[in-house]
Amino acid sequence: MIKEMTCVACPLGCQLTVELGENNEVLSVSGNTCKRGEKYAQDECTNPVRMLTTTMKVNGGSLPVIPVKTSSPIPKGKMFDCMKVINSEVVDAPIRMGEVLISNICDTGVDIVATNEM
Amino acid sequence: MQYDVAVIGAGVCGAMITRELSKLDLKVVMLEKLSDVSMGTSKANSAIVHAGFDAEVGSLKAKLNVQGASLMAYYCNKLNVPYKNIGSLVVAYSWDDMQTLDILFERGFNNGVPNMQIISQEKLRAMEPYISEEAIGALWAPTAGIVSPYELAIAATENAVVNGARVKRNSGVFDIEYKDDLFFLSTASGVIKAKYIINCAGVFADQIAKMIGDTSFKIIPRKGEYYLLDKTEATMVNHVLFKCPSSMGKGILITPTAHGNVLMGPTAIDLDFDSKLDVDTTIEGLDTVKREIRKVIPQLTTRNAITSFAGLRAHIEGDHSDFVIGPSKENEKFINVAGIESPGLTAAPAIARYVGQIFREIAPEYEKKKDFIATRPAPVRVNELSPEERRKLVEKDKRYGRIICRCEGITEGEIIDAIKAPCGARDVDGVKRRTRAGMGRCQSGFCGSKVVEILSRELGVPMNQITKHGNRSKILYEKTK
Amino acid sequence: MLKYDLVVIGGGPAGMAAALKAKECGVNKILILERAATLGGILEQCIHTGFGLHHFGEELSGPEYAYRFIKQVEETDIEVKVDTMVTDILTGNIVVATNNTDGMLEIHATAIILAMGCRERPRGALDIPGSRASGIMTAGTAQKYVNIDGYMPGKKIVILGSGDIGLIMARRMTLEGAKVEMVCELMPYSGGLTRNIVQCLDDMGIPLKLSCTVIKTHGIERLEGVTIANVDENRRPIPGTEQFVECDTLMLSVGLIPENELTRNAGVMIDPITNGAIVDENRQTSRPGIFACGNVLQVHDLVDYVTQESYTAGEGAAKYIKSKSKNKRTKYISVKPEGGVRYVVPQNINCDADCDVKLYFRVKDVYKNGRITVTSGDKVLYSKKKPKLAPGEMEYVIVKSDDIKELDKKEIVVKVEV
Repeated sequence: MIKEMTCVACPLGCQLTVELGENNEVLSVSGNTCKRGEKYAQDECTNPVRMLTTTMKVNGGSLPVIPVKTSSPIPKGKMFDCMKVINSEVVDAPIRMGEVLISNICDTGVDIVATNEM
Repeated sequence: MQYDVAVIGAGVCGAMITRELSKLDLKVVMLEKLSDVSMGTSKANSAIVHAGFDAEVGSLKAKLNVQGASLMAYYCNKLNVPYKNIGSLVVAYSWDDMQTLDILFERGFNNGVPNMQIISQEKLRAMEPYISEEAIGALWAPTAGIVSPYELAIAATENAVVNGARVKRNSGVFDIEYKDDLFFLSTASGVIKAKYIINCAGVFADQIAKMIGDTSFKIIPRKGEYYLLDKTEATMVNHVLFKCPSSMGKGILITPTAHGNVLMGPTAIDLDFDSKLDVDTTIEGLDTVKREIRKVIPQLTTRNAITSFAGLRAHIEGDHSDFVIGPSKENEKFINVAGIESPGLTAAPAIARYVGQIFREIAPEYEKKKDFIATRPAPVRVNELSPEERRKLVEKDKRYGRIICRCEGITEGEIIDAIKAPCGARDVDGVKRRTRAGMGRCQSGFCGSKVVEILSRELGVPMNQITKHGNRSKILYEKTK
Repeated sequence: MLKYDLVVIGGGPAGMAAALKAKECGVNKILILERAATLGGILEQCIHTGFGLHHFGEELSGPEYAYRFIKQVEETDIEVKVDTMVTDILTGNIVVATNNTDGMLEIHATAIILAMGCRERPRGALDIPGSRASGIMTAGTAQKYVNIDGYMPGKKIVILGSGDIGLIMARRMTLEGAKVEMVCELMPYSGGLTRNIVQCLDDMGIPLKLSCTVIKTHGIERLEGVTIANVDENRRPIPGTEQFVECDTLMLSVGLIPENELTRNAGVMIDPITNGAIVDENRQTSRPGIFACGNVLQVHDLVDYVTQESYTAGEGAAKYIKSKSKNKRTKYISVKPEGGVRYVVPQNINCDADCDVKLYFRVKDVYKNGRITVTSGDKVLYSKKKPKLAPGEMEYVIVKSDDIKELDKKEIVVKVEV
């Protein structure tokens, strides 16, 4: 299978063409102008990950919601599952910067942490 | 609920007439279909006071225009509404135009317009340094001016309410029945009974008249599109500048506004009878304004436009139509105030007096109130105060120290005043018209959400129930979580 | 009247960095005036990550980036007045401000740093014909509603303009359950960072329509839809390509305008291209003792560059405050954009500049393998090819102080050629 993607390793934004095997293994990468492009294609095709940032409902805070993020990138496909969990929880103020608000979200091994204090 | 008089329509005429009637010892209610007063023609027009040389000699338009122009200063002073007597110029570009100026002069003279003059190119250039080099002369009318039209309607409404009038918003009339000497008005907020009706329904006045069987006039919505420019352009124009008139109206004008912006427009496009809600701006309309303006002040561009908008003029079908003001032939207790297109705003104070007289003739039973309050107090305008006055005000009420709209320098205190005023603001546009919060160059990008917050807090409703301009014009949906 | 050595107007990333640097350089009495209730500026609502890669070497969210500076400010004796709006700057460096505790304030400052940031270009400036329904808002306003107030500003959304805020909001709204129908971009290329196109649009399956714009809005109360059309090379809609798209929200991400009303009132000269002040390498404006940095000076795409620029301004202000002869006349070298370069900041360099000067610039169009040159007369100060240059990404070149001293022509030209 052939997959087209834009490399975001640098602002150049090379258009990559990735040839994938039966088990989604990368057979070849073309269109990249440096090595980082190849690595980007590898990661994106085998295990794409993203940082997730959103807000969580707060009880007794100065604002109704507090910004949060995943402590490290999570599998791209799990973003919406994580959103569901985050949106179902409520945290009580006060909240410290960096405080873990949900641990091991969706069994990713990644925590949801506060990115502000309230 | 039973009233003596129901005024239908809360535009500038409805509001001024309601105020006039509140001088009498009677129960008057003003019914408005939309969510606030001054939501139709009164909020989207040229905002000028015409001297009175356009209307045909002997017409009601001519009489009420000239009277209105001379009354405007008095009313704006009593009601504390922004008004400036800056004068107007009709600019001529050709031999033909110069002849038109003579016709206008003579007509104005016969209408009783004082102190007009036809001025030379040099004089014109001295008065308007940026005027096109092709301009060769002008008709100068010093009695013309500019006024904030929606503030006039709002102020008149507030004053009427203080004098006992009721205002029912979101109360469109969809049927009228007359029995046992009483009108039964079916409205969106229930049935209202009244002995007399004043029909000030603007572009819908024909539909209201039809409810009592009066089909003597038809109203064509005539659309006009405008640009409003930033205050940075204020030095470009000093007076109301008209081009020579055509059959479709007075043509496109450029004028400073009472608040120091520059307004240019309107176009004139007749819409269908059933397009009375269509205030969409169009590519063609806006292009026309841009093109026409270049002929008057070539350096003026829309690069610093704050917004564009369109309004509808209530034009009575026919070529030389006049205002329709007076008791209906179908029922003399039903007074039409219809076809109030330009110079309707100018004429509004005179229309109010005139309708007051008509009403007293058909309803002599009502006495004048002894305790009528003629003045509407000036709203606090923090940015017009001296530093010392400002300091004192903030000491008294801290909310006048918190600026919400940074473009116009409007404080939280002023916004709360607008909400708490008689017939106060209930939505974001209502706050905007009363305080100017959101009228500036960022077009409420910053203050919009804060105004929603303040409305929500002061009215005691959640933020997502606050609307931009009533009904379903909500701004927010449910909470994110 | 209150007296300060330095008054910083704006407590966002620019104002905080400038104040901190000035403190570090030994300025004594510093006051930051901030119009919001807290320091942090617009970063407080930018909850996505991507901030700080250059400055901290790690990827932070907006509030985290701001937090680090807020904590630093708290550790110093820099004074802060929040909920305070500056209304005027009078000749003689007197700052007039208002708030709800002091009422009216008049503050004399030896130096002033302008760090008021920018605002979004609103609908009115775009001339989109149509109705005046609710549901038409800038992306930044929508961002505040979602991230600070916790409300959904729409469910079915069209975004006009592919600036970064628009792209970020496309993803944000999708994550919160809204349907983002498309992002329309008037230009044939996006104004946003490539990374944002991939991670905010491609990831979420949102189409980006280039050379496409909104030509009409529909709906009297809430927005009911928009008509979009493709545009030709002159950016005029092409007849026959009109298409109705049902939506309840139109978000605008069509550019940022530096907030320079105060600057203009203070009599500071403005660059018509950047819409910010004309400054020298210390970020001093045409008015002695008034400095400018951050988005009020030029719109940045990375906050890291804002911080850098603000450090420069803070240092410049400190030097000014300490210097004995404040209003001496100095000789300038003017810096001019040419060819594919739209503007350069700073626009002037002091002839006796004693350190290397970074020239920040933006290009007019997308260039592949464009050559950036910096010349003065016949002398070439810098020349390098770049594989890609785009208007959406700010570039910089460094000019050596030794080179500056040796110039005989009082002009430097920054140019991009293909």
